[in-house]
Amino acid sequence: MSETGIPQILAPLTGGEAAALAALAGHFSAAAAAEGLVDVAYRVVDSPVGSLLLARTEAGLVRVAFASEGHDSVLDSLAANISPRIFLAPARLDEAARELDEYFAGHRRRFDLTLDFRLAQGFRREVLDYLPQITYGHTASYATVAAMTSSPRAVRAVGTACARNPLPLVVPCHRVVRSDGRSGAYLGGPEAKALLLALEAAS
Amino acid sequence: MSMNESGGAGLARAAAAPRAAPPPFEMLVSAHGTAVLRVCRAMVGVVDADDVWQETFLAALRTYPTAQKVVNWQAWLVTIARNKSLDHLRRTARVPEPMDTAGDGPLEGGDVVVHAVEAGETAAAVWAALARLPQRQREAVVYHHLVGLPYAEVAALLGNSEAAARRAASDAMAALRALLGGDGKGHGKD
Repeated sequence: MSETGIPQILAPLTGGEAAALAALAGHFSAAAAAEGLVDVAYRVVDSPVGSLLLARTEAGLVRVAFASEGHDSVLDSLAANISPRIFLAPARLDEAARELDEYFAGHRRRFDLTLDFRLAQGFRREVLDYLPQITYGHTASYATVAAMTSSPRAVRAVGTACARNPLPLVVPCHRVVRSDGRSGAYLGGPEAKALLLALEAAS
Repeated sequence: MSMNESGGAGLARAAAAPRAAPPPFEMLVSAHGTAVLRVCRAMVGVVDADDVWQETFLAALRTYPTAQKVVNWQAWLVTIARNKSLDHLRRTARVPEPMDTAGDGPLEGGDVVVHAVEAGETAAAVWAALARLPQRQREAVVYHHLVGLPYAEVAALLGNSEAAARRAASDAMAALRALLGGDGKGHGKD
């Protein structure tokens, strides 16, 4: 809030507020968690493809977001689509952060995280279910993925499902490429996709 | 005064901007944590304020997903803070000094204030002075001058008219100037 409107006679009252609030906010997240009032926990981690926002619900990891998606707008959409009871709670995402670290270090080929797919419905969800079948270091075309689904001709819809994958990296939409061999679009940008495919090819 | 007026209106405008859904709760904590702390400190004192602050935000968080109709989050939180403060005062039986009926008015506490000033505790002196005010005046000054709520919102909280809220705040400022020595160091215009 603006401090400019405070009469000078009252100004001394605002001293020390910042420190008090920092302590209060810290205790508050813990108290909220203890009361079961945290519906979505998140943290931000650094990675070779830029900073990643990781969010989870009670059911599991629900969102992985690239910086290019705008972490603030991702939080807003989590608030709108899941619950506004969202808190920065890094410890609750330790496991996801560790597995991603191992993946980027080339030591992990498959994720063992519990996933919450509530942000992908219908056909999009169906596509995501098939993606783990494309194993580490391999790629498949959008057409090949479409052929696995209940709508084998829905190549474009497969592209959409990949582009709107709420759990990139963990659900490997980066392994879906164009039929002509070019890597195609990616949520995290074409450089990120190239980096991931190179990482997997080398490990 | 004019600066403060526009500040209050600005806050109200920002808070009233239409939103599709409630923002992440953390945003409310960072945007309004200070305002709530000021209310709690003024109502229950600096020592107990932390507990009441916590109770306020927990209560807000419990009902948050269903608080769709709230237009002004700050006014909503201040209302909860006020209720939690009054609960706290009732619980601890430290009813805010009913100064209205105390006869001699705010200057009664002058000694405490002078003491604090002499000890160099400027903030403590101001809190002590604020504590000497009749509750309605104290609340008016906190909601308007420390939190930045427009007088219409202050009146809604106090259950009186906008004019009465404005008068209470102005009486409070005059009393504070008298208590703290109006032309003392750093106390300029308001």
